[in-house]
Amino acid sequence: MEPAFYIAGGVAVLATLLMLTRLNVVHALLYLIVSLLGVGVVFFVLGAPFAAALEAIVYAGAIMVLFLFVVMMLNIGAHAAETEKQWLTRGVWTGPGVLAGILLIEVAYLGRGSYAALGTAAIAPKEVGIALFGPYLIGVELASMLLLAGLVGAYHLGFHEAEKPEIQHDTDTHEGRADTGGDLVLAGTDRSARTP
Amino acid sequence: MFSLGLTGLLVRRNLVFVLMSLEVMLNAAGLAFVVGGSRWHQADGQVMFLFILTMAAAEVAVGLALVLRIYHRFKSLDADVLSGMRG
Repeated sequence: MEPAFYIAGGVAVLATLLMLTRLNVVHALLYLIVSLLGVGVVFFVLGAPFAAALEAIVYAGAIMVLFLFVVMMLNIGAHAAETEKQWLTRGVWTGPGVLAGILLIEVAYLGRGSYAALGTAAIAPKEVGIALFGPYLIGVELASMLLLAGLVGAYHLGFHEAEKPEIQHDTDTHEGRADTGGDLVLAGTDRSARTP
Repeated sequence: MFSLGLTGLLVRRNLVFVLMSLEVMLNAAGLAFVVGGSRWHQADGQVMFLFILTMAAAEVAVGLALVLRIYHRFKSLDADVLSGMRG
């Protein structure tokens, strides 16, 4: 198990170094994904399969897609097609591809043999869940509030483009209200009579 | 890995690179938690890793929204341009 740990750790550190030395954002993103996957394999070797799965799904999946989305949004313009062609033509994915291939071979090798964690036994996801919703319940609530705050903050910061549809929506409802009733008292009685 | 992330944070001036270095630093902290939890065979390490993951997700969402706003305002992602910003 120890060589697997060192290989995955070496891949992660190497990918991080290559990420920091890239000049292009998308190349750096590719290396960052490989680095996160390497850390995920390290988790798997260390006997934390739940953390490894979350690392692959949340970090390498969701957060990296968010980064990629923002990078592509920043690149909107006339020269976007040229820059994308420039990104794609050269063999830019050979480095991340080779590192990810090393990780893939390692995971396949680990999955085929009998899986035994490094050092102590593996911690099953069941134990993590019991600990999470037992003594750490207040932490879970705080994390949910933090996520809600992050959602509201990101929405508020990205709100300035959505003002025009909001105004149009307001006039739409106003017209609809004028169309249904005409008389305010009649509209109120009609609705209250319909609801029960 | 934490030192790598810190170096990247200090060296690079591109805001997207700064955010990515922050990710690396949070990842290294989570790795330390998981290694500790595996060493003493406690599930608390992974619980702490989950919290770090949640915080990283929220932080990245807000940070990337800020990056978008800054790019629309200044048409640049250089952090030195923002030094002239006053409150």
